[in-house]
Amino acid sequence: MLRITGGRVYDPANGIHGEVKDVCISDGRIVAEVEGTGVRTIDASGMVVFPGGVDVHTHVAGAALNFARAMTPENQREAVKFIHSPELRAGIGGITPTTFATGYLYAGLGYTTVNEAAVPILSARHTHEELRDTPIVDKSCCVLMANNELVLDLLEEGETERAKQVVAWLIWAAKGYGVKAVNPGGVAAWKWGKDAKILSEPVEGYSKVTPAKIIASLAAIVNDLQLPHPLHIHCNNLGAPGNISTTLETMKLLEGYRAHMAHLQFHAYGGDGWNSLRSEAATLAEYFNAHPNLTADAGAILFGNSVTITADGPWQHLLYQLTGHKWGNLDVENETGCGIVPYVYKGSNLVNAVQWAVGLELLLLINDPWRIFLTTDHPNGACFWRYPEIIHLLMDVDFRRERVRKLPAKALKRIVLGDLDREYTLSEIAVITSAGPARALGLSRKGHLGPGADADVAIYNENPDRELMFRYPRYVLKGGQVVVEEGAIRKVVDGREFIVHPSFDENIEEYLRPLFEQYYTMSFDNYPVEMHRVEGADIRECG
Amino acid sequence: MITLTLKEQPRVPLEAEAISPDVMAKLRHDEIRAVPMFLGKRQRRLDDFFEVEGEASEDLEIRGDVGKVKWIGRGMTRGRIRVAGNAGMHLGAYMKGGTIDVSGNAADWVGGEMSGGLIRIGGNAGGQVGAAYRGSLTGMQGGTILIEGSAGLEVGMRMKRGIIAVKGSVRDFPGLQMKGGTIILGGAELRTGAWMIRGTILSLRPIPLLPTFAYNCNYNPSFLRLYAKHLQIQGFSIPHEEGDGAYLLYSGDAAVSQKGEILIWQPRASS
Repeated sequence: MLRITGGRVYDPANGIHGEVKDVCISDGRIVAEVEGTGVRTIDASGMVVFPGGVDVHTHVAGAALNFARAMTPENQREAVKFIHSPELRAGIGGITPTTFATGYLYAGLGYTTVNEAAVPILSARHTHEELRDTPIVDKSCCVLMANNELVLDLLEEGETERAKQVVAWLIWAAKGYGVKAVNPGGVAAWKWGKDAKILSEPVEGYSKVTPAKIIASLAAIVNDLQLPHPLHIHCNNLGAPGNISTTLETMKLLEGYRAHMAHLQFHAYGGDGWNSLRSEAATLAEYFNAHPNLTADAGAILFGNSVTITADGPWQHLLYQLTGHKWGNLDVENETGCGIVPYVYKGSNLVNAVQWAVGLELLLLINDPWRIFLTTDHPNGACFWRYPEIIHLLMDVDFRRERVRKLPAKALKRIVLGDLDREYTLSEIAVITSAGPARALGLSRKGHLGPGADADVAIYNENPDRELMFRYPRYVLKGGQVVVEEGAIRKVVDGREFIVHPSFDENIEEYLRPLFEQYYTMSFDNYPVEMHRVEGADIRECG
Repeated sequence: MITLTLKEQPRVPLEAEAISPDVMAKLRHDEIRAVPMFLGKRQRRLDDFFEVEGEASEDLEIRGDVGKVKWIGRGMTRGRIRVAGNAGMHLGAYMKGGTIDVSGNAADWVGGEMSGGLIRIGGNAGGQVGAAYRGSLTGMQGGTILIEGSAGLEVGMRMKRGIIAVKGSVRDFPGLQMKGGTIILGGAELRTGAWMIRGTILSLRPIPLLPTFAYNCNYNPSFLRLYAKHLQIQGFSIPHEEGDGAYLLYSGDAAVSQKGEILIWQPRASS
């Protein structure tokens, strides 16, 4: 039993905004009161108490990330080293941290839950094994579905009900938590050397399936299955100048459904070429503000080294041609693909400068912090351990303007960031880093400090330098245990994995089995991830 | 001067990036002896392996066969290191200035990603001389590496500036993905200059060429006079007089660009 006393508590989900009050913990959960002897007390005077951070969209495990790790040994030589000790496993930080280091770094930042946002079912087994080796934080996975040929074939035939059964079966096979759509139809088209740029045009290889149909069908299926997290969508035309029209069109298709728009920064550009690229964050925010069915994460970029990894293969090929940097391309049989290109965002580059501004503009122009969350699409826009830099930019308008002034003069005409006065409050930061994403993920025991919540708590020293404040929490508690103290890992605990079990007709296996024998390299019986591969599974029945 | 005499060969490689004038210049005798270094995963002290004489100097001499001592002179910017014997891997890696002299042989990665300074090897060197470390886009960016004997694979891989001169022959892939700078060879095995984008590779003996290198002309580049003069001081002679012969110029690698050049010395036929 534990009592955190004297700290200013920010628990926006329960309407608490900086009140000095006690937070009590018993058996890994928050409770109303603890009594008796043996209650340990943490004196949090002069500190602020947050619910543990929740990352709604990150890439921390799986085949693609491993490919990125292997492709960039030059980054790893420069990375922070974790030396093996009785408590810690060896590892390296940097842009694509190793598994154990990922857990240490997230916890070290005050984050206790992460959602791995892109898992191909074929490599789900491996992903779960890596997540098992990512300690401290709780995890969940979104399963890639918008280019799965089994699903697309059914949509082509108009067999919507069967498609729903297949999707449900696939989620359970992957031991996933949500459904992710990446460049709907575009990755399937990439296998023909094409992309899907127009939502109303049939996808290469199909006559009736269009990106629009895939988006609408998946949104409806996720809705019908009553998954806790709505469709998690990465729109078509990521990163392309003028893609605002595609993004708005996608959002219109989603009217009537809940949906989560991933890394919105990469989808809010105007202009018709790289030389005329401009921010359309205001247009996007205006539409978004009026449509409460949507949530989004920022996908902000920061200047510096990064590795872009995405299932969006055609975009990655374009990026490779633009940069002449290294390029990796993976094909995942009938399901998806993946491209990897190391990238350096430069403040002096006009396009990068606009991208940097767009991420912040979205965070500032979208009024409701409960619907826009802090992410960098790690490792694409920047590494997750750089989140405090973004918090600083959001909370301090003078600092932000000073940074804006350093951008190329040409960029200033294409952004509105310099005109925005909004400053985030600590309460709003608690929303975009924890309470909001927890709600969007449907994790009722995360992101708040009310009785019954998991005792995941981040305690920061109050400091006017917000970057420093959020970079080094004074204490981090996970499940009631103190895991981080003064920036050092004190105790390593295992995290859990959230999984959904949507209901489906068992007979769907009779439909799938022959398809597997015909089209897959893996046998049908070996395909689903066995339950025992998932450590600390927390299963939720749906539908 | 500081003299370090090896007591006995370590059984596993010793990580000795602390053996550098930049580190030693201000240390007292007892501080030098206590300098930490890793033997495998265990942290040890310098005097576990070396007898130490002298203190606070930018002039280091290492005696004994330090063929298993890695990273000597890593990132050094000034001063001088002399190795009386063989040197281990990554000698002078990331070096920015100063001089390293080795009387014996050196292992792989001599001057990896160095950007300035001079390294002289009296014997043979291993592979990846002046090369880019795995994954890096750019190898050596300046400075000079001189090798009296032969060298191994991938000499000057992805180098961008500077000079590497090898009196003997080298193995496959010298100048692999080279972006600039000059490599002088006493001969080479296969695939010289593969994927080279720019830069000059000069061979004093005939070498096999990739089909993506096209013969251009015979000539005696005037810049070679300057290079010859510079290297003569270091005991390297490059023929450059028209009376003695000419260089056959091949351009490539056509697989990526035509801007790289391989020059092969052809002595004038004696009549």
